[in-house]
Amino acid sequence: MLEGYTKEIREAAKRLIRDKKVDCVIGYSKGSIPLVDAPYFAYTEEECENLVWSGFCTKNLAKYLIKRLGKNALVAQGCVSRSIVGLINENQVKRENVYILGIWSPGMVDRRKVLERVGGKEIIDVKEDEEKLVVIGDGWEEEIKRKEVLRQNCYTCASRNAVLFDEFIGEKKESKGGGDIDNVAAPWEKLSIDERWEKFRETFKECIRCYACRNVCPLCYCAECFVDESRPQWCGKTQDEADVYTFHILRAFHCAGRCVDCGACESACPMGIKMRVLTSKLEKDIRNMYGYEPGMELGAIPPLSVYRPDDPENFITP
Amino acid sequence: MGYKLLAKQEIGKLYEKLAKQYEVYAPIKKGIEVNWSKIEDLGDILFDFKNSSLSPKGLFFPQTEVMFEFKNDPKAEEGYILKEVPPLPKTRVLLNIRPCDAKAFSILDKVFMRDEDSLDVYWKDKRDKTVLIGLACNNPCNTCFCTEVNSSPFGEDGLDVLMVDLGDKLILKGITDRGNSLIEDFEEAESSVASKIDDLKKSAESKIKTKLSMGNILSREMLEVYEHSYWDRLHESCINCGACTFYCPTCHCFDIQDETKGEYGRRVRNWDTCMSWLFTHHASGHNPRGTKKHRVRQRFMHKFKYMPFKLDGDIGCVGCGRCIQVCPVNIDVRDVVNNMNK
Repeated sequence: MLEGYTKEIREAAKRLIRDKKVDCVIGYSKGSIPLVDAPYFAYTEEECENLVWSGFCTKNLAKYLIKRLGKNALVAQGCVSRSIVGLINENQVKRENVYILGIWSPGMVDRRKVLERVGGKEIIDVKEDEEKLVVIGDGWEEEIKRKEVLRQNCYTCASRNAVLFDEFIGEKKESKGGGDIDNVAAPWEKLSIDERWEKFRETFKECIRCYACRNVCPLCYCAECFVDESRPQWCGKTQDEADVYTFHILRAFHCAGRCVDCGACESACPMGIKMRVLTSKLEKDIRNMYGYEPGMELGAIPPLSVYRPDDPENFITP
Repeated sequence: MGYKLLAKQEIGKLYEKLAKQYEVYAPIKKGIEVNWSKIEDLGDILFDFKNSSLSPKGLFFPQTEVMFEFKNDPKAEEGYILKEVPPLPKTRVLLNIRPCDAKAFSILDKVFMRDEDSLDVYWKDKRDKTVLIGLACNNPCNTCFCTEVNSSPFGEDGLDVLMVDLGDKLILKGITDRGNSLIEDFEEAESSVASKIDDLKKSAESKIKTKLSMGNILSREMLEVYEHSYWDRLHESCINCGACTFYCPTCHCFDIQDETKGEYGRRVRNWDTCMSWLFTHHASGHNPRGTKKHRVRQRFMHKFKYMPFKLDGDIGCVGCGRCIQVCPVNIDVRDVVNNMNK
C-alpha cells in the first residue's frame, strides 16, 4: 500500500460521497492475500476508509462502468483513464456519469515475477514504496526493486498519469515507465511463419479457457461473445488446439486499434499466459500505420471503424 | 495393520513396485508451478511442495472428454449410432496427492456414483482403476482451511495409503486393502511412530489460522440463505470468469456437445462453469440465473448449502484454497462463508 496516495484517495472519496457528487466510488481495497488487491465499491464514507492505492492494482476498473447505473467515481491511472476515454468514444459510458479520480501509477507489479524471484516460496506479507518491495515469508524477507518485477506493459508505459480526470490525486509524475515499447512489442515479428506458429502454440497451450482475460478486459462488452454463440457456433467448446487458438486469435483481433495495453488480461490469467504478445503487435501496427494511440483523446475516431482513401494497404496480399 | 517405514532415499523401491503395475502420476515442478504429470523418472518425484496449482481433478474428469463417437452420415448403415469409447487402458496410481484433493474425490463419488441407476461410467472407470497414495501436509499454505470443512492436513478420506514425511524417511499407513497390499513388503515401523504422527498432525492443524462459521448457513432455511442481503454486494467485483470453478477440485459441472467433422462425429463433455451466462441459459431464451448476482450466489450456495443438504452433510469444499490464489479480483471464499453465516 502506498500510504500518501491511499490517504488522498480516501479523503477525496469521502468528500464525493458526503457531497452526494457520486453514488459510489470504485477503487481497490487491500486484498486478502499478498500481491493482489481487490476491486472495491465504496458507497458510504465508512467504506471509503477501505480504499487503497498500491502496486497491486492490476485490473482495469473501467470494466465496471459498462452498463453500470448511477453516477460513479473511479480511481484511474493512465491506462484505465484511456480505457474510459475509449468507452466514452464507443458510446458505452456517458462522460457525465463518471467522475474520474485521476492518479499516477508507480507501475504495477507482476505477481508471477515476484513469485519466480523468491523461488515459488510462500509469501506472507509485502510492504512497498514507490521504488521497492519488501517481500516477507516465514522466517525470511527479501527486498526487490519495483523496476525488476514490473509488468511488462507498465515497464513500456508512456502514460502513467491519468489522461482524463475530474480531479487528480497527488501530483503528476514521470509518465514513462522507462522501457522502449518498440523494443519489446511484437517479439515474433522477425520470426518465420513456422517459428511464429510454434511460439504461438507454446504460448497458448496451457490455456484452460476460463475467459478471465476476456472478462477482465474493458474492450470485451459484446452482448454475446463470438465464443458463446451457438447459431452458428464459430468456435468449439473443447480443449482441442483449434478451439483454444481460435478464441485467442479472434479475441486479439477484436482489440485492434482499441487496446490501451493495460495488461489486465495477463494479470488476470491464472495460468500465466502472456497473451499481450498478440495485442502488442496490433498496438504497434495501429500506431505506426495510422499514427493512432487509443484512448488519448475524447471524440477521436478509431482508425479501424472508418475508411480513408489513403489508409495504408501494403499489408494486403496482392 | 500397522505403519510401514521407507527411507526417502529408497523411494525407488516404492516407485519400482508401483511402476510395474501402474502408470505413475505425481505433482512435478515446472518453474513456480507444480502440476500433475506422468512420472517417467524417479528424480521428478517431489516432496517439497505445498500443493499442485491445478487440482488432479482432470485425471478423473478431463476438461474435454469424448463420451461417444459416431459416423456422421445418416444414410450409412452405422450412421448416427453412438459407439462407446474404450475405457482407461491401464491402471494408475497418483503418488503424493494431498488429503484435501483425495477428499474432494470421495465427495464427487457421491455425485457421480450416487446409485446404480445414475452411475457416471466415465468417472467410475477412472476411479476404479486409480490408486491414491497421499502425502500428509506438514506445512499447510496460508490459504488452506481444510480443518474448517471437515478435513485435515492428515486426512485419510479417499486415500488408499497415507504417507507422512518425517524428513529423511516416510511413514506409510495403509488405509484400504488395495493400499495395504502395495506396502506389505516394507519394513514395519516402531509403534512409537503413531504418537509422532499425531504430534505432526496437531502441529499442521494448528498452522491453519482461518476460522469459518457455518452453523447458520446449515441450520437456516434454504430461502433465507438464498435471500441474504450479502449477495447484493459480493457479486459486484466478480468478472464471471471460470478460474475458481476450473481450479476447484470439487466443481464438477459439465456441458455436452456434439461435434462433427466430415464423416466423423463425437459427443464430448467439457467442464462448464456456473459463472458463465450460458450455464443455465434455456433454449427459450429464459435464464433462471440471468445476472451476475445469481451466478455468484449459485457457486457458493451449491457448495455450502445445496451439497450438504443433498449429500448427507458433505460440504462441496475441501479447503484447498486454490480459488483464493487464482481469483483475479480476490473474492475470498473464507470471507464469503463467514459473511453468508452472518
